[in-house]
Amino acid sequence: MAWDSFKRIRFRKKKEMPGGLWMRCPDCEKSVYKRAVEELLQVCPECNYHFEISVHERIAQLVDEGTFAETATGLRATDPLEFVAVKAYCDRLEAARKLTGLEDACIVGTGKIAGHDVVFGASDSRFLRGSMGSVVGEKFTRAVELATELRVPFVFVSGSGGGARMDEGVLSLMQMAKTSAALGRYDEAGGLYVALLTNPTMGGCMASFAALGDVTLAEPRALLGFAGPGVIKNTIRADLPKGFQRSEFLLEHGFLDMVVPRVEQKQVIARVLDHCRIRRSA
Amino acid sequence: MADNGTDMDFEGPILELRRKIEELESFAESTEMDLRGQIEQLRQRCRELQREVVAKLTPWQRVQLARHPARPVFSDYLVQVFDDPLELHGDQAFGDDAAIYTGFAKFRGRSVLVVGHRKGKNTKERIACNFGSAQPEGYRKALLKMKLAEKFRLPILTFIDTPGAYPGVGAEERGQAHAIARNILEMSRLRTPIVCLVIGEGGSGGALGIGVGDRVLMLENAYYSVISPEGCSSILWKTAEQAPRAAAILKLTAQDLHGFGIVDQIVPEPLGGAHQAPGEACRNAADAIAEHLDQIVGTADERLLEQRYEKVRRIGVFLEGGAASAAASSNGAGRAVAPGATTR
Repeated sequence: MAWDSFKRIRFRKKKEMPGGLWMRCPDCEKSVYKRAVEELLQVCPECNYHFEISVHERIAQLVDEGTFAETATGLRATDPLEFVAVKAYCDRLEAARKLTGLEDACIVGTGKIAGHDVVFGASDSRFLRGSMGSVVGEKFTRAVELATELRVPFVFVSGSGGGARMDEGVLSLMQMAKTSAALGRYDEAGGLYVALLTNPTMGGCMASFAALGDVTLAEPRALLGFAGPGVIKNTIRADLPKGFQRSEFLLEHGFLDMVVPRVEQKQVIARVLDHCRIRRSA
Repeated sequence: MADNGTDMDFEGPILELRRKIEELESFAESTEMDLRGQIEQLRQRCRELQREVVAKLTPWQRVQLARHPARPVFSDYLVQVFDDPLELHGDQAFGDDAAIYTGFAKFRGRSVLVVGHRKGKNTKERIACNFGSAQPEGYRKALLKMKLAEKFRLPILTFIDTPGAYPGVGAEERGQAHAIARNILEMSRLRTPIVCLVIGEGGSGGALGIGVGDRVLMLENAYYSVISPEGCSSILWKTAEQAPRAAAILKLTAQDLHGFGIVDQIVPEPLGGAHQAPGEACRNAADAIAEHLDQIVGTADERLLEQRYEKVRRIGVFLEGGAASAAASSNGAGRAVAPGATTR
């Protein structure tokens, strides 16, 4: 679901400028000083565009240095449907693994955020658009189960524009039920789930784990929604309103607690963790 | 969307034979000739032909059957399966979505809550129900009534038949994704038995939004998919015309889902499809629901929820440490499962 709409949207690579000191913002297309972008944690100083970043960069930005220990590793997607269309799923997986160095579209583990023990995870929009198949569903679920067992907060950063991964068909769809059911149990056990939504989070991911945070934050201007803008446009045969399905739009309609720029995210999450202490016993 | 009329060619020879039988019958009647032998022979041939056709149905043809204009829809089941239906309207937040029905009813003497996608039987009704594509209000209404059912421990029976949740501006403004996600989560922990039945189209998140339960049943020619064949075709081949191919690779038939361990039982349809004998389709559905409901009613809450969690928890196919860990169930491993697969 909702796949078609993301192809056009900001998957262009950062264009290197001669000398390596300057780069071009993929959004406003202005030349910006690379150091300034880095200081803002990969945000354009001219237009506040938040570049898509890897899960490793997320960990570095949000988790206390040296505390992250990856869990649920060694899971590998297979091709249960033998899905061969224009490109075979196997080949698409292999290419994504090569591009990102990841096993699949998300990483989970334990760590600390401003001294608070947490289970932390993030999906990577560069890996088949961060889409959820069996492996992402399983890793997410194991992470939630671990947070339930350890009685610590769960923080997940989604960059899952691909929604439920089409190549694994209905098995992907059912990961929505699996992840949501795990969050339901975690909630019953008094857990705290902080969701940080980043560009893009759509379709089956938005309609399951990404929409179920106790506290939900989003990066500025991230594309967040159920149906892809292209699909909606084709259905209603009319232009979409300005800013449609962006973070600010969701905030206005009451679906986000906050829109938080990248430089402030860690501090805001830490404050939430500070306010909401999980009771030690059930 | 493909035109149903042109894609139902596989029904042609059956319809032709039926017409011949009818002709022969009226001929026999008008001439008072005894043609019973011949007529019975033709009927026999017709049944054989239907059996042959059904055995050879492609996934795309099953999708066409699931969308057949004469296929029984939720309102047929409501009338034929239940007594004393009492519709409950509204989500107490925004509106009343006609695309999802909620209400109390008696099912074989037992009070239950019925939830179902409503498609309508004629153009006027179909438009009123938005062709079974629900808005967030529909999902919120369903959840509100399901929580009511939980309070009084009424079993919940859901009937799934939607091309998908509605993709519109208003639906996004009012949180389509949030409404579906919330339903999925809450259904996984409602303290009352839930039986879901896919009667036609199981359109992605829009289906799952009323589709989490202790048992998931599926009619023989229904389909359940992460994306519509047309949508899949548009993504892969930039045209909706490859939908038949997409339907095949998506593995969306009841047989596929049973193999994956997602569907507990396939409910048989009358020969040639549910539209050939709607009454029989409804009876089969009722029997299957009753059978499964009897198995789970009376289960202690904790055990019921544990089993419901395990049901979704084990779905997925992947390799771990070189070994296959795969979705498997009492149905046995499906074709998706690698040889030597282990169950979690």
